[in-house]
Amino acid sequence: MSDSTANGLVLAADGTPLKRSLSRAMRRQKIRAFMLVAPLLIFVLLTFIYPIGVMLSRSVQNDIVPETLPETVRVLGAWDASSGELPDEAVYAAFMRDMSVAIEAKRHTRLGSRLNYEKTGFSSMFRQSGRKMKKLDPVTDAPFKNKLIKIHKGWGDVETWKTLQTYSGLYTSGYFLNAVDARMTPEGMAWQPEDKQILLKLFGRTLVMSLIITGSCILLGYPIAWLLANVSPRNANLLLILVLLPFWTSLLVRTSAWKVMLQQNGVINEVLVWIGLVPDGDRLILINNEFGTIVAMTHILLPFMILPMYSVMQTIPPVYLRAAKSMGATNWTAFWRVYFPQSIPGIGAGSILVFILSIGYYITPEIVGGTKGVFISNRIAYHISSSLNWGLAAALGTILLIVVLALYWAYDRIVGIDNVKLG
Amino acid sequence: MADTAKNDAFVEFERVQKSYDGVNLVVKDLNLSMPRGEFLTMLGPSGSGKTTCLMMLAGFETATHGDIRLGGTSINNIPPHKRGIGMVFQNYALFPHMTVAENLAFPLEVRKIGKSEREEKVMRALGMVQMQDFAGRRPSQLSGGQQQRIALSRALVFEPELVLMDEPLGALDKQLRETLQFEITNLAHELGITTVYVTHDQTEALTMSDRVAVFENGRIQQLAAPDKLYEEPENSFVAQFIGENNTLEGIVKEIKGGVALVQLDNGDLIDAKPINVTEAGQRTRVSIRPERVEMDKSRLSPDAHTLKAEVLEFIYMGDIFRTRLRVAGNDDFVIKTRNAPDQVRLQPGQMIDIGWLAEDCRALDA
Repeated sequence: MSDSTANGLVLAADGTPLKRSLSRAMRRQKIRAFMLVAPLLIFVLLTFIYPIGVMLSRSVQNDIVPETLPETVRVLGAWDASSGELPDEAVYAAFMRDMSVAIEAKRHTRLGSRLNYEKTGFSSMFRQSGRKMKKLDPVTDAPFKNKLIKIHKGWGDVETWKTLQTYSGLYTSGYFLNAVDARMTPEGMAWQPEDKQILLKLFGRTLVMSLIITGSCILLGYPIAWLLANVSPRNANLLLILVLLPFWTSLLVRTSAWKVMLQQNGVINEVLVWIGLVPDGDRLILINNEFGTIVAMTHILLPFMILPMYSVMQTIPPVYLRAAKSMGATNWTAFWRVYFPQSIPGIGAGSILVFILSIGYYITPEIVGGTKGVFISNRIAYHISSSLNWGLAAALGTILLIVVLALYWAYDRIVGIDNVKLG
Repeated sequence: MADTAKNDAFVEFERVQKSYDGVNLVVKDLNLSMPRGEFLTMLGPSGSGKTTCLMMLAGFETATHGDIRLGGTSINNIPPHKRGIGMVFQNYALFPHMTVAENLAFPLEVRKIGKSEREEKVMRALGMVQMQDFAGRRPSQLSGGQQQRIALSRALVFEPELVLMDEPLGALDKQLRETLQFEITNLAHELGITTVYVTHDQTEALTMSDRVAVFENGRIQQLAAPDKLYEEPENSFVAQFIGENNTLEGIVKEIKGGVALVQLDNGDLIDAKPINVTEAGQRTRVSIRPERVEMDKSRLSPDAHTLKAEVLEFIYMGDIFRTRLRVAGNDDFVIKTRNAPDQVRLQPGQMIDIGWLAEDCRALDA
């Protein structure tokens, strides 16, 4: 019934264009499919995508400054920071008006904490000034310039106003600069002082250690996956249960168990001392450093490496090895030239999984990492829950996300994501 | 069973046994000897031990007992990769991550053959199966028949003296199978290689082989040339397994002048050639090929016994007619007649007399 008209349009039996009648026929199916996905989609949107979006947007948000000090920001815009002179009375008056509103609403301390991330001292300056400025009337007590400088000498410092001007926009790149050990100054970007440069190092350490963990997972997991794929189904089932057993134990318990194993008077050290390999006074430091984190995380992430490898190896028929041997290849050549290349998709899938999981891992490094073995995620957690610098935490998180996506993209370009098989 | 002198033998199995579980023997006392250049097929139903024999020869299974010799030396303790035996597998086993040319170069590479010689040999081997144009393709881009051609040339590229084939055509359609059967036999004879071919398809075995070994229950039931196997089966298993066959059961009345008189279970008497029966009173199963049954009394000897038969079904098959009869209580007695102009077409319900020459009817084991 594919009668085409003069203009090449294919018509259905009733004369409507075939494409339209096909899409009409498919519409119901599409709607039904969408309805099936909808509950989960809404759930994920509300509880995952939206909060993450909000969180990430905090990495550039700076609306607390222009919202708390709307008039000051506007008047301060006209001030030439490079002149080296303090702003004029208009700025102080505007600041006084803004502050009296903010003090009324008790919002000035929050602004102080926000600006404290950029320049230490702001927090206490706002708190102390707030108490005293409360007594002033924003209309009758003018002029304010000298009164304010008297209240806190910080208001007579050009740097204070420079910082306020630099951070007066709705959006800022300050958090991102902080996240890479730099900061925004009125003169432009500058590196943090040497002793405060820790985050780049931490990023580097997280990447390197994640690579080491992924590597050790490959080395330890490959033989197990091979065994799983090549023993009888009954034995394979038993082995698989052993591989999955750790999943049935709490992550916290497993990590704490490593603490028992690795600490200085822990199981391993005791045994080594008992054998006489290690002198009692010079026990090995196996925990609260990089080593502890690598060992514990390799153990915890190993199943994520084994399972994809296993599922790929299952699909490689043993006849290939036989074929290779019949052609004169030794066991090793047959494995290396024939079996191994076909198992690479499994290694790739496992590596991506383990690497991405470990780069954002938090609990294990927190417990066994000490100070030398912590990851960037521990720093993020610190800024979320202790320093309350959510903007910096969000910036760090965003960078982490971008690094993962970039690596994923690079992997796709080099190996090809089609070569990844999860099952 | 060896019908060639022992010192000519290239491949030899001597008293070979194989058991996987220590309880059952999969291969029981196998003796076989093959001269150089022979195309031998191991034919049998699944589980008859034929593939196990092939795998023992290739070195992937070890014999539980006995000796396997290649060119006079025992290979029991030689690992597969040192045996130098080419092998073609059922599902081709082409390496999916290599191109056709790389697949063929693989056995040469592991033999440390130089690049230029390697390329020359690869192209020559591809030429043998007319696949030169496909050197750069991946196995997944080829059809089943093409893949099997590549697998064949890969098994031949390193010029082995012995090639083993494990049901290589099992996954192909009928027409392709026939073409490849022809190609494989031609190639094997041209190159003078010794071939052991495993199949469960009797037509394949009959058309391709110099000799066929029929396997059943871990033993070779008969080892003979195809025509001999078809026309002179030595026991009722072989008679049943090779080609279409009618069986009737009865007791030997007497053996006289090379002809056994058999009384069928319903009392009728027939003539047969005694094969596995030696004296009167033995139970026997007589076997007669459908195309050897005669309806024309004038072609039989005057004193030949005949049987009454009722026509149950007449099937027109083009070149032949296939008629199903009830003979001596057996409803599955089939006769085949050529579609000749003067040939009668029997009607169901018709009663006819059938008979045969005594030498076409073989009295076998019961």
